[in-house]
Amino acid sequence: MTKYLARHIVRFALLMLAVGLVVFALVSVSPIDPVQANVGQAAYVNMSEAKRAQLASYWGGDVPFWERFANWAGALLHGDMGTSLRFNAPVSEVIAHRAANSLALMGIAWLISGVLGFALGVVAGARRGGAVDRVVRGYCFLLASTPTFWLGLLILMIFAVQLGWFPIGFSVPIGVSAADVTLADAAHHLVLPALTLSVTGVANIALHTREKVVDVLESDYVRFARARGESDLSVVLHHCLRNVALPAVTLQCAFISEIFGGSVLVEQVFSYPGLGQAAVTAGLGGDVALLAGIALVSAALVFGGNLLANILYGVLDPRMRVNEGGA
Amino acid sequence: MENVLHAPAQRRAGNRTATLAACVLAAFALLAVVAAGIALYGQATVTDFTAKNLAPSLEHPFGTDWMGRDMLARTLAGLSTSVLVGLLAATVSSVVALIFGCAAALGGKRVDAVVSWMIDLMMGVPHIVLLVLISFALGKGFWGVTIGVAVTHWASLARVVRAEVLQCRQSKFVEVARKLGQSPARIALRHMVPYVLPQFVVGLILLFPHAILHEASITFLGFGLPPEQPAIGVILSESMSYLSTGAWWLAVFPGLALMATVLLFDVAGQNLRKLVDPHTAQK
Repeated sequence: MTKYLARHIVRFALLMLAVGLVVFALVSVSPIDPVQANVGQAAYVNMSEAKRAQLASYWGGDVPFWERFANWAGALLHGDMGTSLRFNAPVSEVIAHRAANSLALMGIAWLISGVLGFALGVVAGARRGGAVDRVVRGYCFLLASTPTFWLGLLILMIFAVQLGWFPIGFSVPIGVSAADVTLADAAHHLVLPALTLSVTGVANIALHTREKVVDVLESDYVRFARARGESDLSVVLHHCLRNVALPAVTLQCAFISEIFGGSVLVEQVFSYPGLGQAAVTAGLGGDVALLAGIALVSAALVFGGNLLANILYGVLDPRMRVNEGGA
Repeated sequence: MENVLHAPAQRRAGNRTATLAACVLAAFALLAVVAAGIALYGQATVTDFTAKNLAPSLEHPFGTDWMGRDMLARTLAGLSTSVLVGLLAATVSSVVALIFGCAAALGGKRVDAVVSWMIDLMMGVPHIVLLVLISFALGKGFWGVTIGVAVTHWASLARVVRAEVLQCRQSKFVEVARKLGQSPARIALRHMVPYVLPQFVVGLILLFPHAILHEASITFLGFGLPPEQPAIGVILSESMSYLSTGAWWLAVFPGLALMATVLLFDVAGQNLRKLVDPHTAQK
């Protein structure tokens, strides 16, 4: 167990280091000048030389790449993620503030899409070729080809602009002080982004679950159960679900990466102040520390998802426990 | 079991022809989109301030935008750009996948470990985040997004290629060929290539939809094609400012067109898979 844990920790550390290095390398080779990108074309032209030099040193334009990376990595080991130049605040603070919004959004979408997708997949697989199956498959097929951000735009247009049921953007009402924002307000703002993200997340898990259910229903043990006179419902409940649950869990845990990507787009559409939107702002403005911080957080989330799948495997599958105990 | 009893008896016969027809039709439809887009490229940027913000009509089926540009022409021109970017990126990506997959399968343990670590790293960071980074590193624009999509999409196909090559190498027919004294080059050409190629081609075609969708997403976020170029991502991101004024056509039609294009690629890929790989056809 210790060995297992140690291996995972080493892998995690290596991954983090590689992600940090890649982010730094990619941003530092970029021909986009952070000073120009942030102050705008007109202001840049009218600016004095001294001011330009001052801004360039603020954005670290004159510090060599390795020195910047070493500084950042050294500080990171002490728990300091650096300062976001764009938001003018410590990166850890910006991320903590934004992560609360993003995690709520992603968590809800992850759960809803997982549960709904699994249920749809089981029903479609159990009634293969039926009306439900056709609808589910058609829906998934269509969704797989739909750009997430366009779906977000459609939902925004219908529910926020035309019907006016929900706010057009942001995570809290405009013009209300932070102390007066209630949970209901936050939830009201969360509905549309979460809906968009959930609706797109269903396709993947539903299709895979359906395929698995079809496989299981063609197996010998199901044939035997049918021969014993078990009803369709009993077969699905007692034979199908157990066998299908494991791959579904793995799939949904691996799906965290996609959900994060989707949340970047959805947050942009709904002007929702989360990690994804911060990443886009940081990227467009050349804010390396914040971008690296968010990339690290996203990689940690993906890693955590895979770890979660491994742990759940042990919990869900008795065979794994027997093997571990025996070996 | 039930399927045996209720097997559709008649439909089987025409299946292959129908599949092939679907494939060819999809390919032609895509070609038509690209051709129309290139032909309308000039018209897509023509502004006419006497005809701005028009709702869809017979004259402008997709409506016009706030500068009086015809949205149908803009959409088609944007689509053809997207398809070309997708084609280029997916092709490069699949070649990378082929090289890495073969290297991992044939290059020994060390190479295998390096390649799988690279795949893990690729998959360890959300796709969009990686794309944003690469596109930014290359200064955005056409090459930024194309190279970004190309270098991020090889991972899953490389895994498939690696598994296929490994499986083929351990198969009986390769072993027999080796025992018969055939040269490695001959084995590679006569046995490996025909075995791996179908999977590879299907994988390549199924990469297109991903590539196109990601190109549009990255452009939408502002890291891809520049605003003056007609691109679906640009159109949709600009339309956001006009949504609250009720200009729904600015977002609905270009998005629908993009979706249809992606669907066409998917149809072509899935049908081709049925033709070259009968095992998965029954699922």
